[in-house]
Amino acid sequence: MAVSSSSFLSTASLTNSKSNISFASSVSPSLRSVVFRSTTPATSHRRSMTVRSKIREIFMPALSSTMTEGKIVSWIKTEGEKLAKGESVVVVESDKADMDVETFYDGYLAAIVVGEGETAPVGAAIGLLAETEAEIEEAKSKAASKSSSSVAEAVVPSPPPVTSSPASAIAQPAPVTAVSDGPRKTVATPYAKKLAKQHKVDIESVAGTGPFGRITASDVETAAGIAPSKSSIAPPPPPPPPVTAKATTTNLPPLLPDSSIVPFTAMQSAVSKNMIESLSVPTFRVGYPVNTDALDALYEKVKPKGVTMTALLAKAAGMALAQHPVVNASCKDGKSFSYNSSINIAVAVAINGGLITPVLQDADKLDLYLLSQKWKELVGKARSKQLQPHEYNSGTFTLSNLGMFGVDRFDAILPPGQGAIMAVGASKPTVVADKDGFFSVKNTMLVNVTADHRIVYGADLAAFLQTFAKIIENPDSLTL
Amino acid sequence: MQSAMALSFSQTSFTRPNHVLGSSGSVFSTPRSLRFCGLRREAFGFSTSNQLAIRSNRIQFLSRKSFQVSASASSNGNGAPPKSFDYDLIIIGAGVGGHGAALHAVEKGLKTAIIEGDVVGGTCVNRGCVPSKALLAVSGRMRELQNEHHMKSFGLQVSAAGYDRQGVADHANNLATKIRNNLTNSMKAIGVDILTGFGSVLGPQKVKYGKDNIITAKDIIIATGSVPFVPKGIEVDGKTVITSDHALKLESVPEWIAIVGSGYIGLEFSDVYTALGSEVTFIEALDQLMPGFDPEISKLAQRVLINPRKIDYHTGVFASKITPARDGKPVLIELIDAKTKEPKDTLEVDAALIATGRAPFTNGLGLENVNVVTQRGFIPVDERMRVIDGKGTLVPNLYCIGDANGKLMLAHAASAQGISVVEQVSGRDHVLNHLSIPAACFTHPEISMVGLTEPQAKEKGEKEGFKVSVVKTSFKANTKALAENEGEGIAKMIYRPDNGEILGVHIFGLHAADLIHEASNAIALGTRIQDIKLAVHAHPTLSEVLDELFKAAKVESHATTRTVSEKVVV
Repeated sequence: MAVSSSSFLSTASLTNSKSNISFASSVSPSLRSVVFRSTTPATSHRRSMTVRSKIREIFMPALSSTMTEGKIVSWIKTEGEKLAKGESVVVVESDKADMDVETFYDGYLAAIVVGEGETAPVGAAIGLLAETEAEIEEAKSKAASKSSSSVAEAVVPSPPPVTSSPASAIAQPAPVTAVSDGPRKTVATPYAKKLAKQHKVDIESVAGTGPFGRITASDVETAAGIAPSKSSIAPPPPPPPPVTAKATTTNLPPLLPDSSIVPFTAMQSAVSKNMIESLSVPTFRVGYPVNTDALDALYEKVKPKGVTMTALLAKAAGMALAQHPVVNASCKDGKSFSYNSSINIAVAVAINGGLITPVLQDADKLDLYLLSQKWKELVGKARSKQLQPHEYNSGTFTLSNLGMFGVDRFDAILPPGQGAIMAVGASKPTVVADKDGFFSVKNTMLVNVTADHRIVYGADLAAFLQTFAKIIENPDSLTL
Repeated sequence: MQSAMALSFSQTSFTRPNHVLGSSGSVFSTPRSLRFCGLRREAFGFSTSNQLAIRSNRIQFLSRKSFQVSASASSNGNGAPPKSFDYDLIIIGAGVGGHGAALHAVEKGLKTAIIEGDVVGGTCVNRGCVPSKALLAVSGRMRELQNEHHMKSFGLQVSAAGYDRQGVADHANNLATKIRNNLTNSMKAIGVDILTGFGSVLGPQKVKYGKDNIITAKDIIIATGSVPFVPKGIEVDGKTVITSDHALKLESVPEWIAIVGSGYIGLEFSDVYTALGSEVTFIEALDQLMPGFDPEISKLAQRVLINPRKIDYHTGVFASKITPARDGKPVLIELIDAKTKEPKDTLEVDAALIATGRAPFTNGLGLENVNVVTQRGFIPVDERMRVIDGKGTLVPNLYCIGDANGKLMLAHAASAQGISVVEQVSGRDHVLNHLSIPAACFTHPEISMVGLTEPQAKEKGEKEGFKVSVVKTSFKANTKALAENEGEGIAKMIYRPDNGEILGVHIFGLHAADLIHEASNAIALGTRIQDIKLAVHAHPTLSEVLDELFKAAKVESHATTRTVSEKVVV
C-alpha cells in the first residue's frame, strides 16, 4: 500500500475502484459518555462535566443503498493517534467498493471496536473517538465492554490468527452439536438467502416449498409479499394511487356531500390498470348460439363425481383451442404472433370486491376430473389469497361465465397479453326452428368471444366457435 | 513452429513464399492454423527454409526407414536417420504438451513417436480447456441476453432467452471432436508416429507401449498429464457428485450445485451454471475465495463474479464427506473447519462438483525402472525438465513436461516446456521462464495474469532490495470497453521503478485473456516499460488498457535509444 501510493496518486483519475468519501453520519456524538464518566478518576471528569466533553462512536457507514454490512479492510489510524477533521480513519469494504471513511471531528482515535478483517452491520459502532487525550482511557474501557458483547453475538468470519487460539476454538463445538442434534435445520438456497437479506426477511420464519423442503427464492419472495421477478408475464404492479385519484378529480365534478372515497386495493388497482391497457388493443366480437342439451345431460351424469360446469367449459374450450392455435396465441409487440406452447384457461372469479383469474393449466390435456379437482383447489387458494403468481398470470385464453346469474349474453374485455376471451351466458330453453321448419325447444346458451383483431380474424373466430359448439353438442369427447 | 517461438528460430532472412509450401502435396494439407486452449497456434504459414529442408530430408531417407508401426510411409516425414535407436524422441502422452513437443521435434529434424493410451488431445482438448470454452461461450451469451438492463442500455429488446441443454452439450462435444481431429491430423501430416497403447518406461532410453511393444529412443519425454483430484471421503458417482470430466458433458443442469474449490475450474463452472439458471454454493478450504489470484483482483472479481450472482460460499472449510443423492435424499456434504477439523455444517444440495485441483497421472509409468520416486505423484524435474531420480541425480535422456511435473499446470505451459526440451535435445540449451507464462480464467468478464502478484513482488523486492511500484487503470477509462457497456474491470501492473522491468500484470475485465499477451511477451523478451510505452496501440481498442498502464508507470531510467526498425527480425 505504502509503496504503491505514489503511483496511485499519479493515476488518480483511473483508480475508480476506490474513492474517498466522507460521511457525516458515520461519526455521531454519544451522550452516554456522562454515565461512563463516573467511573473515571475524579481529576479529569470534574472539569469535563462542565465542558460536557464527548466520546463519539464511529459508525459503520452505509456506503451504498444495498449495503447491509461492511468489512473493515484496514484502520489507517492506530489507537491513540490524533485525528484531524477530514482525515481518513478507516477503509471499509462494502458490497460495491472499498472506501476511505473520514472523520468529521478532531480528536483521538481512542479505541477500535471492530478490528481489521471483521464485519459489522451498518450503523454499528466500529470505533470510538475521544475529544481529548485524557478521555482515551475512558473510551477504551467503554470499547472493552462493547467489543466483548459484540464478539459474543457477532459471527466473526476470519478472526486474526493471534486470537484464534485453540482455547477459543474448543469453545465452539457446543452450539454446533446442538444444531446437528436439532430436529431439522433450515436449508435455503444461495439466492433465497440473498433475497432474504435484501428484503429483511427472517429466513427461519419462511416455509420451504422447494425440493427436500428447502427454502427457495420464490418462497422468500412470497414471504416478502412480492411477485417473483422471474415470471415475465406477471401483472404489472399497481399504479400509484395518487395519480389515478388526481385524474378522476380533475375530470369529474366534485363529489356529492357525504360521499366517500375508497382507495383501490392492490387487486383493484391491477384490474384498473389492465382495463385501461386493454383499450390499446383493437378487438371485435363474435357471438354463437350453442345447444347444450347433451352437455346438460352429461353434466347431470358427472356431477356426482365432482365435475363442475367450469371444468366442462374449460375442457371444451381447451379442446377447441387445440384445433385453432391462433385463438390461443397473443400479440405481444404488434409485429408478430406469439403462439403459446400450452393451453392455459384462465377463469374469471369474483372474490370479495376483487376479480381474479385462476388458471387451469393444460386444460386440453388434463381430464375432466383432474381439472375439476384443480379448479376447487384454485378457488380455495384464491379465497385465502394464496394463489401463486403462476396460478393467476399464466393464462393464454380467458373464460368468463355469468350464466349462473341468469345473464343471457354479455361481452367481455380482452385482458392484455391474451388473444381472446369467451363470455358465456346462461343456458335457457329456447324455441328453435330446424331446416325443415319444425319448431322445438332446446337449451341454448349464447357465447360471445372478444378477440384481438391484429392476430385473430373473423373467420378464425367463427371457425373456433363452430368447433367449440360441436364439442359442446357432442360432449362425449370431453370425458375421454 | 509456435508463433511464440518463431522469433527465436527464424534466423534466416530467406523467407519462402507460402504458395510454394502450399503446393507441396497432401503432406501439408491440414489446416495451417489451429488453436488449442486458445493459446497454441500451429503456424506453418511462418515456415522458413527450415521446413523445406525437412521435406527434402524426408524424401531422401524414405527408403531407409524401417517402420515398426502401421503408419504409412507417405505420411511419415521424420527427418533424422535411425542410428541404433528406433526414434530420436518418444513422447509418452499425446496431450497438448506432447503435441507441442512433437511438432517442434519434427521441425528440428528428429524422428518422433508419440504414445497415447487414451484419446489424442489429453485433458485440455477432451476434458478441459476446450469443451469448457464452448460452455463458457454459451454462458456469456446467456448472461448478456438475460441482462435486461445491459440490453436496454444498448437500446436492444430481447424476449426471454432460453437454452436447450442438449444443444449446449453438443456444442462442447463437437468442439472437442473437431480440435482432437485437427490435433491428430497435424501430427500425422508431418509424420509423427502415433502409437496406441499405454506407455511406460522400461529402462534408460527404452519404452514399452500397448501389450508388449518395445521401442527405443535417444530421448524420452513423459507428458502424461493429470486427472481431477478427488479428496478422500468424497464419493464420485458421475451423476450428482461429479468432477470436471462429467460436468463438461453437461448431462444435467442442477437447480443447486455445490462447487468444492474456488480456483480456475470452480470459477469457470460457476459462471456456466449460474448463467444456465443454477444456484451455486462454493466450498473453499482457504479463508479467501479465489486463492492464487492477486488479492486485489480476487476481491474485485468477487464483487462482480460472486456477490451479485446466485452464489453463496463457505470459506475455511473442508468437505470431509460427500454422499451422492440416493434413496430420495439430496447430496449431503459434511463440512469441517479447515484448521480445527471440528464439524461445522452439513449442506443438502442437488449436485456437487469437485474442483479441488488436479492430481498427476503418473501411476504405472515404470518410473521404478529408472529409480525415480514421485513426490505426491509429481515427477521431480530440474529447471530444464530433466527428471531427477530418488538419489537427486539427473536421469539421462529422460524428461517430464506438463501437469505430470506439477511446475505450472496449464496446457500452454506444458507445450512450452515440451518445446524447451526439444531445443535442448537438438543441441540448443534452453531454460523456460515460467514467470512469462500467462494464465487466464474465462469467466465473464475474464481474469488473466502473468508474473508475480503484488504481495509476491513486494516480498521479492524486500529480499533483493529493489523498489516495487504498482499502476492501475480501470476499464471505465477505456473507450472500447464503454462502447461495449463493459466498463467493469481493472488492470494493474507491478514493476520496478528503477529499471522498468515488468514483474507482473493482472487484468480483470472484458477479454482480459486476450489482452495479457502484450505483457507476457514483454516479460518473455525482457522488454522494459520505458520502451514498450512508446509502442502504438490502435484506437479505440481494449489493448489501450495496457497502453494506459505502460504510460502511467513512473520509471526512472530512460528509453533505450534503439530505434524500432532495428528490432524487426522477421
